Amino acid sequence: MAKYITKRIIYLIITLFIIASVTFFLMKFLPGTPFSNEERLTIEQREILNAKYGLDQPIPIQYMNYMVNIVKGDLGVSFQFENQPVMDLLMNRIGPSMQLGVQAMIIGTIIGIALGVLAAMFQNTWIDYGSTFLAILGKSIPSFVLAALLQYYIGVKLGWLPVASWNGFSSSILPTIALACFPIATAARFMRTELIEVFGSDYITLAKAKGNSRGEVAVKHAIRNALIPLITVLGPMAVGLMTGSMVVEKVFAVPGIGEQFVKSIMTNDFPIIMGTTLFFAFLLTVIILIIDILYGIIDPRIRLNGGDK
Amino acid sequence: MKKLLEVKDLHISFHTFAGEVQAIRGVDFDLYEGETLAIVGESGSGKSVTTKSIMRLLPQGNSEIKSGEILFNGENLATASEKKMQKIRGKDISMIFQDPMTSLNPTMTIGKQIMEPLIKHRDLSKSEASKRAVKLLDLVGISKPETRLKQYPHQFSGGMRQRVVIAIALACAPKVLIADEPTTALDVTIQGQILDLMKDLQKKIETSIIFITHDLGVVANVADRVAVMYGGKIVEVGTVDEIFYNPQHPYTWGLISSMPSLDSQDEELFVIPGTPPDLLHPPKGDAFAPRNPYAMKIDKEEEPPMFKVSDTHYAATWLLHPDAPKVEPPLAVQERQAKFRASIKGDK
Repeated sequence: MAKYITKRIIYLIITLFIIASVTFFLMKFLPGTPFSNEERLTIEQREILNAKYGLDQPIPIQYMNYMVNIVKGDLGVSFQFENQPVMDLLMNRIGPSMQLGVQAMIIGTIIGIALGVLAAMFQNTWIDYGSTFLAILGKSIPSFVLAALLQYYIGVKLGWLPVASWNGFSSSILPTIALACFPIATAARFMRTELIEVFGSDYITLAKAKGNSRGEVAVKHAIRNALIPLITVLGPMAVGLMTGSMVVEKVFAVPGIGEQFVKSIMTNDFPIIMGTTLFFAFLLTVIILIIDILYGIIDPRIRLNGGDK
Repeated sequence: MKKLLEVKDLHISFHTFAGEVQAIRGVDFDLYEGETLAIVGESGSGKSVTTKSIMRLLPQGNSEIKSGEILFNGENLATASEKKMQKIRGKDISMIFQDPMTSLNPTMTIGKQIMEPLIKHRDLSKSEASKRAVKLLDLVGISKPETRLKQYPHQFSGGMRQRVVIAIALACAPKVLIADEPTTALDVTIQGQILDLMKDLQKKIETSIIFITHDLGVVANVADRVAVMYGGKIVEVGTVDEIFYNPQHPYTWGLISSMPSLDSQDEELFVIPGTPPDLLHPPKGDAFAPRNPYAMKIDKEEEPPMFKVSDTHYAATWLLHPDAPKVEPPLAVQERQAKFRASIKGDK
């Protein structure tokens, strides 16, 4: 296992290196520089600024410098936020986004799996139809519509929770609900389909033939086998949620990473774009690694140690 | 011998979009203590449905036991509650399935899967159940049972897995073991081993076996009695000698003629012409009549009752009616009947 993880971490570094390089060159194809919008600057002033940030050097040299700095753990300084280090800017913004993402993911998978299991166990009854209805609603209502509804009814009319602020846990509840809808719907649909298929398999008939009740069959034999395909879809979804849904963050005034990312693209703030992209890539690769390890825990056939023949 | 299980006039239907499929249309049979009853017939004849209904494992929702009784220990399983059935399944009646590659849970260790019915029905603690599981694995011929217990199904070969399934089925020493084509998915050498194992264990555990198969070679090897099914009915039932050497029903003649034998040489293998009946619209008379070269007018109008051939041998064909014309069965069957008569004379 340790050997496997080491190998995967090496792959992870290579992946990040490639992503960093590709992003770097893609950005250089973008028209304009960080300072081309500042109309009050004279040509001389711009040249001074370019020289200060090393933008006057040939692109290969810039690339070399950037990569060397990344290895040192230095992501550079932002152009738009008065020379603040990118690392600090990211760190300030990651917290809220991650908190929302993790909360939405936990709620989404637990409720989603529960709904899916119920729907599959009571297939073609009102429980199944109800769960399907909820899942379709969750998938089809855009999160900003839900966000606005939550704000109006729970925040304004009932006044139970803050409408749009970022002070402690209570202000994270509404955005979490808005974000969790999609994972709930996805997990519920997936779980239902997979479970129904598993219920039809021979080993489930054998489990019944041993005298297990329907509930025991589901809990002891079926759910674990149905989880395997679900994990595959949940991984990328987790990354999407944790790196921030820009719309939901904006509606609830959450100081997250998504909003900052958009702003930096519009202002050609290269270091921030690079830093955020690298961070997203890092998160995605780590989650994929976690998923692969989870597979092994759930399904012995893909256990990674390969120790026994 | 004591009757263990009695199936009386069982009717089972499946409700499909096309309509009601009458899969089982009045099945009667008895199972005696310690015997092996083979149920043979082609695909769709109702072999599996009959046995699944004994354990009440038919798919819920679209299947229905329309009428009839399944008597076991004085209880009618056809109408027993689900709770009652859960106590019987795996304890008094258990089942071995056709495909060992898919009938074990891939994410659970072999040990857990064997221990499950023991903990459930025998109230054993985990460590007691584990000791018993080791013994069971040893009994079904799996070496190093202690280590094997901790392994998963994918670490076993097909034949090994079927041994594990047998160990699970026999864990609580059931009175009835239903084996639904347990050797069909295995290659021939392994088939022989599994059959020998089942015969051996049947003696040790003293269980009765209902053996479903379409392989007459297997039937000859394991069965005491044979029931031949066609179109959702039992058309002939008798001891293994009676069915093999003195068959009466034209369908059984067809089955036996289509079985290759060691002394059959270059002649073409016999095939029963036509296709099985459509049970969505079961025919009025004998379901086999359209494929039966010996069919008479009455076969198309009225279903034949069971005619008695001997105390143990019954067949549902109008050919056994006193008024029916004498017909000559196929040559292969005639030869067998001749041998059969000779052996009876020899016995006396």
